This record gives sequence, structure tokens and C-alpha cells, in this order.
Amino acid sequence: MSAHAEAHAAHPPQAHQSSRVDARTLGMFLFIASEIMLFGSFFTAYFFVRVAAGTPWPTPGLHLPVFVAGINTFILVTSSFTMHWALQSIKRGNRVGLQAGLSLTFLLGLSFLLTQIAEYSRIGFAPYTDAFGTIFYCLTGLHGAHVFVGLTLLLAATIRSYRGHYSSEEHLGVEIPGIYWHFVDVMWIVVYTTIYIL
Amino acid sequence: MKNPLRSEAEAFQFLLGSVVYFALIVIAAVINRWAGFAVFIVLTAGVLWWWFRSRRVEAPRQTSPAHRGAPDERRILVVANETVGGEALREQIERRGEGFRTRVLVVSPALNSPIRHWASDEDPARAEARKRLDTSLQRLQESGIAASGEVGDADPLQAIEDAVRTFGPDEIIISTHPEGRSHWLERGVVTGARERFAVPITHVVVDLEAERE
Repeated sequence: MSAHAEAHAAHPPQAHQSSRVDARTLGMFLFIASEIMLFGSFFTAYFFVRVAAGTPWPTPGLHLPVFVAGINTFILVTSSFTMHWALQSIKRGNRVGLQAGLSLTFLLGLSFLLTQIAEYSRIGFAPYTDAFGTIFYCLTGLHGAHVFVGLTLLLAATIRSYRGHYSSEEHLGVEIPGIYWHFVDVMWIVVYTTIYIL
Repeated sequence: MKNPLRSEAEAFQFLLGSVVYFALIVIAAVINRWAGFAVFIVLTAGVLWWWFRSRRVEAPRQTSPAHRGAPDERRILVVANETVGGEALREQIERRGEGFRTRVLVVSPALNSPIRHWASDEDPARAEARKRLDTSLQRLQESGIAASGEVGDADPLQAIEDAVRTFGPDEIIISTHPEGRSHWLERGVVTGARERFAVPITHVVVDLEAERE
């Protein structure tokens, strides 16, 4: 048996971790990078329809609920503040702050999603109405799906926080959903600005 | 370049920055469409300039292998491209292994051109590295040093990292050409290895031309 094989037989080699970023956080970065590409493809379609194809935006006769979406934007940005508060709390060993922060973030996120669904039901056009409708539903729906995923992560983190998990030293289970949640918020700001306002 | 999503706190700051960025564009666009476009261009250029300039200088995570083998065994990893052999290297190996049962592993990185590397065309580079490795092992054997060897990654630091994980050396010897002729010295391989691996590292300069003369 060669020296190399012998070393393998005695001790399995340690896992490589030359990266300066924790492997789990790195996984979230790669996931977010793929999400940015996904959103990028939808935005490309949106800009093509609106700018290159010269489609009027929104189609004459149709109106976007700018005010309600603005309130929704406020709700989502506020949820990022509560998320940040939750993590800062557990870093200082404040469990009540963590639980309250995560619960509020979850409730605010849920309010956003329910408001979005309610708006869909009375917006007055459908994905098949025209290109405008298709892109509108695709982009806001894609974002809504991400909010749903974020809420699932937040729900898991919230339940764990009430079960006594996490401490001032060990809180990666809050940090990673937090990064994802802020990313979802940033994407909404882009969607809201480009679709509803500009 | 700084990753704005490295931690939750930085992602939160990124979100606040995004709110300000889009708010300024919207305000300017409400006043005048072209003003909005101008603010978008100026802000985007500013953000990109700041982003590319902000660079973290952090020490890399150090790898420290656990001692393997018997207590009286000393494992020496020799990393060299073309310069294995020579009196200086032989002396170093003997000095480092004095009083121990020495086990030497020679790693010859499969150095490749960037185009071939990106095209995953590694076979010729590995074949060349294998030839150099065989010659190196033969030279060491002629000098009275029994060694095993393997072809390593194209990146010398990665090749060392791989060998550190699988071989568990107590010492690393990096053999290079003299300054001015060594690409590895220019690329900071020795300095990089000292930063990344918590193992004593000796740099041996082998001037084969001078030895031949």
C-alpha cells in the first residue's frame, strides 16, 4: 500500500475549507446568485416588452394599484428592520427580542403576501390579457414565490427560537434566513420601482 | 470587490442603500424623466466605482494538519515544478528529517496555460508533470532519499492544500528557481503558502544551471 493510500486508510482526509466564508453561508450566496440570474431573465423580458417592443405601460385602460403596493413595500422594508433587530437581539443574548423580531418579521411577510394575493383578485387583468399582464404576473408572482420560501425559512427559525435554539454564539440559523429575507426585500424594491412607479 | 451579502448586517445595509438609491431615482424621475435617467447613471457609476474599490484584506483561514504516522516519523512534503534535485534540496531534506524516520512526498503541480485550463485540457500538462515527477524521484533516489510522489493541481497552492489534507506533512519544502527566473516567486506562492498553512515552510532556491556549471 502506498503512503498516500495508507494515510487515507488510517484517517479520512479533513473536508476542504480553504474558503474564508462558512460553507453554509456560501451555499446561500450561490443560491442568491442563481436567483439574481432568474430575476434577471424576467427583467430582460420586461424591458424588452416595454422598451424594445414599445408596448404602452401599463396598457391603456388598465391601472396598477400603486398605493397599495406602496403600503406593501413599506410593510416589507419594515420586516427587514424587525429581522435585523431579531439577529442583533440574539447576538446580545436577548431571546425575547429574537422571538419578537422573528414573529413580527413572519407576520409582516405574511401580510405582504396576503395583500398581494388580494390585489391579484381585483386588479382587473389576467396573465393572458396581453404581454403587459403576462410580465406583471410573472415578475410579481416570481417575487411572491420567493416571499413564500422566505416565510417558510422564517417559520422554521421562529419555531426554533421558541424551542430554545440559538444563542449569542450560535445563530447561523437566523443569519442565513436573514440574508435571504433582505435579498427578497431588495428584489421587491426593484420590482416595485420598475413595474409600478417608473 | 466586496460581497454585500456576506452577513445579515451587511445585507441589511445593502437593503438600506437600495432604498436610498431607488428613492433618489424615483424623485428625480418624477421631476423630470431625463433628470431621473441622469441620476440613475451617476448613482450607478458611483456605486460600481465604490464596489470595485472596496476590497477586504483578510488573512486566509490557516490549515493545520494533524500529525500522522508513528511519533518518530517525520513527513516532509516537497513541492517543486522543475527544480527537484540539486544539492541544496537534498541537504534541506536531510536536515529537516534528522533523528526521525523520514517519509517524503514530492508533488509536481500540473502547470497549464490559462486557455488550456479553462478548456479543461489538462491531459498534456499532467503527462508533463508526471515526467518531471519521475525524473525528480529518480534524482532524489540517486541522492539516497526514498520518496513517493504525485501529480498535483495546476495551482501550486491548491496542490499543496490537497497534499496537506491527504498526506499530513510536518514540514513543507518549496523548491523554486532563483529570484528573477521563478514564476512562483513572482506569483507569491511561498508567501501565500506561509499564510495558508500552519506548518513550517522552507523555501529552497535551486539553481540547476549554476550547479551544472
